[in-house]
Amino acid sequence: MMALMARAALAVWLLAGAASATTTDPPSPGADVPGMSALDIRLKRLESELRCLVCQNQTLADSNAGLADDLRREVRALALAGKSDDDIKAYLVARYGDFVLYNPPLKPVTWLLWFGPFALLLGGGAIWWGVLRRRLRAAGGGASDAGATRDERARKLLDDDD
Amino acid sequence: MKALRWTIPFGIFVVLVTFLWVGLSRDPREVPSPLIGKPAPAFRLSKLQAPGETLGPADLKGSVWLLNVWASWCVSCRVEHPLLVQLAQENIVAVYGLDYKDKPDDGREWLAQHGNPYTASIVDRDGRVGIDYGVYGVPETFVIDKMGVIRYKQIGPLTDEALQDQILPLVRQLQQ
Amino acid sequence: MIPELGHFALILALLVAIVQSTLPLAGAALGAPRLMALARPAARVQCFMVVLAFVCLATAFAGNDFSVQNVAANSNSQLPLQYRIAATWGSHEGSLLLWTLMLGVWTCAVTLFSRHLPPAFLARVISVMGLVSVGFLLFLLLTSDPFDRLVPAAAEGRDLNPLLQDPGMVIHPPMLYMGYVGFSVAFAFAIAALLGGRLDATWARWSRPWTTVAWSFLTIGIALGSGWAYYTLGWGGWWFWDPVENASFMPWLTGTALIHSLAVTEKRGAFKSWTVLLAIVAFSLSLLGTFLVRSGVLTSVHAFATDPARGVFILTFLALVVGGSLALFAYRASKVGLGGVFGVVSRESALLANNILLIVAMATVLLGTLYPLFLDALHLNKQSVGQPYFDLVFPMVMAPLVFLMGIGPIARWSHAALPDLWTRLRWAFGVALAVALVLPFTLGRWSPWVAAALFFALWIATSSVVNLGARLAHSHRSGLLAKLAANSPSYYGMLLAHLGVAVFIVGVTLVKGYEVEQDVALQPGQNVAVGGYEFRFLGVHPGPGPNYRAVTGTVEVRRDGRLLETLHPEKRIYNASGQTMTIAAIDVGVLGDRYVSLGEPLADDNPSGPWAVRIYLKPFIDWIWGGALLMACGGLIAVTDRRYRLVVRRRSASALAGAAVAASAD
Repeated sequence: MMALMARAALAVWLLAGAASATTTDPPSPGADVPGMSALDIRLKRLESELRCLVCQNQTLADSNAGLADDLRREVRALALAGKSDDDIKAYLVARYGDFVLYNPPLKPVTWLLWFGPFALLLGGGAIWWGVLRRRLRAAGGGASDAGATRDERARKLLDDDD
Repeated sequence: MKALRWTIPFGIFVVLVTFLWVGLSRDPREVPSPLIGKPAPAFRLSKLQAPGETLGPADLKGSVWLLNVWASWCVSCRVEHPLLVQLAQENIVAVYGLDYKDKPDDGREWLAQHGNPYTASIVDRDGRVGIDYGVYGVPETFVIDKMGVIRYKQIGPLTDEALQDQILPLVRQLQQ
Repeated sequence: MIPELGHFALILALLVAIVQSTLPLAGAALGAPRLMALARPAARVQCFMVVLAFVCLATAFAGNDFSVQNVAANSNSQLPLQYRIAATWGSHEGSLLLWTLMLGVWTCAVTLFSRHLPPAFLARVISVMGLVSVGFLLFLLLTSDPFDRLVPAAAEGRDLNPLLQDPGMVIHPPMLYMGYVGFSVAFAFAIAALLGGRLDATWARWSRPWTTVAWSFLTIGIALGSGWAYYTLGWGGWWFWDPVENASFMPWLTGTALIHSLAVTEKRGAFKSWTVLLAIVAFSLSLLGTFLVRSGVLTSVHAFATDPARGVFILTFLALVVGGSLALFAYRASKVGLGGVFGVVSRESALLANNILLIVAMATVLLGTLYPLFLDALHLNKQSVGQPYFDLVFPMVMAPLVFLMGIGPIARWSHAALPDLWTRLRWAFGVALAVALVLPFTLGRWSPWVAAALFFALWIATSSVVNLGARLAHSHRSGLLAKLAANSPSYYGMLLAHLGVAVFIVGVTLVKGYEVEQDVALQPGQNVAVGGYEFRFLGVHPGPGPNYRAVTGTVEVRRDGRLLETLHPEKRIYNASGQTMTIAAIDVGVLGDRYVSLGEPLADDNPSGPWAVRIYLKPFIDWIWGGALLMACGGLIAVTDRRYRLVVRRRSASALAGAAVAASAD
């Protein structure tokens, strides 16, 4: 369920990004050069999700390394041969492992990574509720009332009205 | 126990530090190969010293062999090369070279200058075969068994320890 | 001579820091006034020594003293003076010295603005900061001495990394470190409170300005780093979720929780243990960041040259300082007791949710950053966790918090009612929703993500307007200016900072939703149309620089035929290192940037032929850093509140002393 939601969210995000470039606009009158082709735009987006293995903190799209050039060439050849983005990723993963993907795939070893944030949110909610309940239970004690009035006086002296 | 709640941050920190401690001994830049245990990718390339002839993993089935990825422009290769030359003299296992993204003339000249430990070297001009083998840096060395399955990958130059502790014992085991 | 003087100054600083960290602490425990009184002078002498050492290193750089290893490795005689000085902190050793300098400066500042603090408390604060100083000075002297000599001296230096030869290098690290290190004050205050067994509203009032100022500096530091990456890296990116970026973001998130938690502790006496824990965690994350950058456990563009010995040292230091603090917390926090009481719907409960949500956000970033290390340590399949992951997960985790930002400031303390909140906020909600749904159409293309994010940003803005409006309406003063003046700087600081968040969200959303990139090959004289603009490439011409050779391109930007701007992107080859740098040319605008950078010449290194040119349209991108600047300004304005002013404090000292005694009797 979570995986499906995550994938759906990702798909919507990617679609939003896909539509952001004016690929279908014809070159304006007076423009000598057309913009990037749809293939170029697709490849650029794909390559920005792949990791350069040589300078390891750049995406394949941005790296100037020799291997990056070679891999971009391979990716382009595969795309021209009709392979989908998933096929191309599988091709690279078969050779370099999951390390080459900046978007970690959802598999048992990454469950903690993908579900962790939502688990943390739920856990946080539980803690919030727990703390509130504990305070409400403690409201019965007289000691806190005395503390509250002392605090009231202190507050007035500190001139706080926020 | 009520007091236990306050020790949770400390507990989390202990776990974190343990992982960081172990992390200090790991190399985050190393990319492990997903090809270990898989058949060596097929190729057919011409030999460096005999351009008319070709070589591929299919030709080498039946014996254990090493594939060493090298290049004349690679500085670290010079560091490991004496070890390879010595290994070739000991005649334990055949070593084949993959001349990666190199001009054949430069490759031949380099071997003439530094010694040729390879039973044969093949030329991978555009790096395509390198990509198939998951090569991302030079040098790298693969151990391939009699059935043509990759059993081990050495990332970076060969060292004495790597040879003595891991590669040669594995080779002997595979040769039985 | 001068490097030896600097080295000696560091040794003296260490000795004084040892005194600073032990004797006042003992004095506080024993109630010995003479020992406690050592705190201030010791801290000031230590600071002076570190300043001296820093000046010595900077002098060595400015004077091109290549007999010093650090100078030879990171500088060059052709380097312009401002970058020679910035190179002082361009290396691991130098930046560590900067860290230590900042720590000394903050400690000195505490000694100056602390007349009102009880001696025992101040002694503990100074001692704790001294302990941290001891750690860093030991680290410097034992593993990372910036004054090591190079024998024989080099004839010329290896040059500062070209990426760092930029005004950003002059200001980003100092600002960032002012923030990181500033959290050590909040940390020291928290530890001192735990040691002294006294945790109350007054303590929170003392801590708050220090923490807010540190937070503001960190905000500026991170924003500067992001802006610098944007214009210097050449491909228009401004945040990569790189481990080192995350290492600065996590203390920021925790620091934000801390300043809000301190507000509750100060005003209501509640959240005491939360606040103390947050202060410890914020500074711990600063230290963790130091570890991550210098130990080599994570790959990063920012990482310094690594050495296992250094990693072990920092980790041990981290374990001792943070472990010790959390152990102290476990032992003492339970005795602090519960603070005030409040209902499920109240400003306290909203701020509690704020604390928790920011911690969840921080934990999410921590999880993603350390996950590859976590898997590698367990010898599992290596994964990479990059931008796609964080860009998806982080906004989702932050969304509930941003929503709360509209409700919290308007909710009453202690008890608020949902129906009442709804009545007060429904117009704000409706307007935000309506505008958010419509706005994307006017920008060219509707997208649910953009609309959702815009709603959150507008929600903050509209609820802030409602908040201010209600304040003005209920004010007893007459006349608008008088009504406005009745509100405290603390209040306006909050409004401004929250608006800064809204502006930031607008910037991020619109850039990500509507940015355009074109990567095209252009012959000199050719043009290309990008998103309503026309870019004409007029070729390149060579030009020298102080320490590099440059190839400068000319690109004219037109809209509807009218020339708007002529941009000059550059490609530089630095003389000393031979490294190439891409310098983008940016036409900055409030509604968006036009960004051009040169790729490579496409005709076999022939510069007069066609070039690969990268053109970006970045709508509203400057709102990202504008928003951050507003946040930081909000923080600094809040600190000017008269509650924290010493002059006022002296006048009402007796009244406050009475309140302090009353409050501390808890």
